[in-house]
Amino acid sequence: MPEPLLRVEKVSKHFGGVVAVDRASFAIAAGHITALIGPNGAGKTTLFSIIAGFSPPSEGRIFYAGAEITGEPPHRLARRGIARTFQIVQPFAGLTVWDNIAIGSHLLRPARADALAAAAETAQLVGLGELVRRPAASLTLSALKRLELARALAIEPRLLLLDEVLAGLNPCEIHDMVPLIRDIRDRGVTIVLIEHVMQAVMSLADEVLVLAQGRIIAAGSPQAIASHPRVIEAYLGHGAAARLHAQQQSYDR
Amino acid sequence: MSSATVIAAAVALLAAVPLLTASNVVLNFLIVTLMVALVGQGWNVLGGYGGQYSFGHSAFFGTGAFATAIMQVRYGINAWAAFCMGIAAGALLGAVIGALCFRSGLKGAYFALVTLAFAEVLRIIASVAPLTGAGVGTLIALDLRPEAFQFRSRLPFYWIMLGLVTLSLVIARLIEGARFGAWLIAVRENEDAARALGVDVTRIKLAAMIISAAIAAAGGCFYAQYFLFVDAGIAYGPWISVQALLAPIIGGAGTALGPLLGALVIKTLGELTKLVAGDAPGLDLVAFGSILIAVVAFAPRGIAGLLSASHDRLRLGSTLEPPATERADA
Amino acid sequence: MAPRRGCTRNSNPMTGEPILRVSELHAGYGRTEILHGIDLTVCTGEIVAILGSNGAGKSTLNRTISGVLRPTGGAIVFSNLSIERIPPAAIVAHGLVHVPEGRRIFPNMTVRENLDLGSYRRARARRSANLSRAFALFPRLAERQSQLAGTLSGGEQQMLAIARALMAEPTLLILDEPSLGLSPILVEQLFALIKDINAEGIAILLVEQNVVQTLELAQRAYVLENGLFVVQGNAADIRNDPRLNRAYLGM
Repeated sequence: MPEPLLRVEKVSKHFGGVVAVDRASFAIAAGHITALIGPNGAGKTTLFSIIAGFSPPSEGRIFYAGAEITGEPPHRLARRGIARTFQIVQPFAGLTVWDNIAIGSHLLRPARADALAAAAETAQLVGLGELVRRPAASLTLSALKRLELARALAIEPRLLLLDEVLAGLNPCEIHDMVPLIRDIRDRGVTIVLIEHVMQAVMSLADEVLVLAQGRIIAAGSPQAIASHPRVIEAYLGHGAAARLHAQQQSYDR
Repeated sequence: MSSATVIAAAVALLAAVPLLTASNVVLNFLIVTLMVALVGQGWNVLGGYGGQYSFGHSAFFGTGAFATAIMQVRYGINAWAAFCMGIAAGALLGAVIGALCFRSGLKGAYFALVTLAFAEVLRIIASVAPLTGAGVGTLIALDLRPEAFQFRSRLPFYWIMLGLVTLSLVIARLIEGARFGAWLIAVRENEDAARALGVDVTRIKLAAMIISAAIAAAGGCFYAQYFLFVDAGIAYGPWISVQALLAPIIGGAGTALGPLLGALVIKTLGELTKLVAGDAPGLDLVAFGSILIAVVAFAPRGIAGLLSASHDRLRLGSTLEPPATERADA
Repeated sequence: MAPRRGCTRNSNPMTGEPILRVSELHAGYGRTEILHGIDLTVCTGEIVAILGSNGAGKSTLNRTISGVLRPTGGAIVFSNLSIERIPPAAIVAHGLVHVPEGRRIFPNMTVRENLDLGSYRRARARRSANLSRAFALFPRLAERQSQLAGTLSGGEQQMLAIARALMAEPTLLILDEPSLGLSPILVEQLFALIKDINAEGIAILLVEQNVVQTLELAQRAYVLENGLFVVQGNAADIRNDPRLNRAYLGM
């Protein structure tokens, strides 16, 4: 492939005696949506934290847009164009939706008026246009997830890391979020998402990486992964695998 | 009612006071109140906007006071130059304490206690060091000339103090409207989220600390010139640390006018308790404690919060209308 | 779809009597009313599901039943005792245990300490027996007994939260979105576990977003929308009704 946007090379992370990530290596092509799936405790969020600079790797190197970024702090990576959302939403609770997003917009726009205008547009993009003046603390979970997304988009990233952005949403809300994520990719943002909602993974991902016990045990297209025996054993279980297979068959018909 | 208008009105009101009364009692009361408002505004930049609560702001106040006094008394430096040097000394101390605390990641209660510790250490050193006059303190010689920053009448002191407070209000407003202010508030609300949005948290905290220390030091420099006597207890004692945080919290932490409102409240209350209960020591502190509990329990956003109906705490977006497209589709 | 309020007859010999009866329940926060008159029944040994979107009032309902939130109107009767005005600790003492959304385990205590705390208010005498039972049911927790609960993965924390609830020997267990953030295989194991717990005679009120698997597990279900039940009946009937699926369950 042409120079990948993100390259992770033999990255490991130890916490005392525990190996959270074990020599993970993979490359993400620009413009792709890649899903990172795996059992709880497999090290997915740890890997995200490492890529986004919140946690330095114990071993290994990370390259972004050709430059090495290993060990750089989060704010520096944000300026390079790497954005992340948090598994448990982290709004600026005392501020309005507008201000929340504006703080992100400010990264590229020092002037307050510009930041606010850009923030209003970003809010529109994720469907929070009507709620801009609401205090973040009063939002429903679904709106909070959109706010996480809007804030990350406000810094105009090239690489967006979404950590379980669909967790806690009901089927209707998931149904509404999926096209939004696709839309963001279509605007030129490369996306890596951690997800347990398999129907979303199947319909969004160009490629799936499976992490178990800190190691990448499989990589490939969603269809290939859904029928991969090791993945079924470690993560999907036979019930879910059968359901996904049936769903795929009904789409193919 | 934009807050710039309110600030201008408040300043105008205070400026009108000397036109209405020649009473020294009133002027003295207001001068001291404004001084507390100034140091409180210093605290407010770091604590109100930045969310880093310092329990030892007397460290900066006292350094400003001692530096101003010592420069004049020991080195014969002009009073006005000494005043500026005092502010610089305070800012420098702020940079040192800030670097030590923030690079070590001290936050919350730990940060508060460490700042308290710094203030106490300074107080102890000042009470024994010859430089500061040890137990006796430092006396600035009486020299009632404007060049020596001393005046016969209280009026010039009042104008200077009001000027300093107005300047601090302007600084607060400028911070509010600038990216620095937005980032400072982001740090207060959620440090990790701020980092993920490109905010250099340590740098922002350090910058806020330096500004905060400089403003507090200015209050100390003024104190030295107004009262012409500084000792360890006055400079680094808890009295000013407490009032510097009470005033903004009661008036509204994180608002430009909060420290001024709060200072007026606590100083007025202090005078009233003295009138009612005589000279029983510490009674004003009882009153301060009670009002602090009441504010935290019933009006956590302070007086400014009660007066403002807006949920938009910072009013970051208050000056801009949302674009017409917001109402386009449901 | 005929609404069924009472206990339905089915093949499980243990069902029959209502263990929980909620009537005309109103609850909310401050001036905002969230629940506008809820009627709900759970029979001994049943699994009843509550489905609905975020903001529909599911958490409010659970918190009201478990006593954390006081209702503004209506009645809740659990095992022939009115519980709408008694404190949550007393409700636990009577055998109604709520596993809250988001686990809420004590992160700075060990797994063992979390479990011990589960039997603080009820079944304290049988603590060691229940502990052995918990470890048999959750072997992974046995392995991590002395580990700090905060260092467990999401799935392990969910297991711990349920195990902790079981330490109190509940007769009715309320589970608030237990599958949240769990991998598909863990969700399968979780639901199998819920079935096993139910087989021991514990009634379960399961609040979930995971519609398909929940309806396969539960005997009866209610769908909550804007603080009112819009659908109620046998889980199988709801599962097979395409109109309901589309209208309320987003499928």
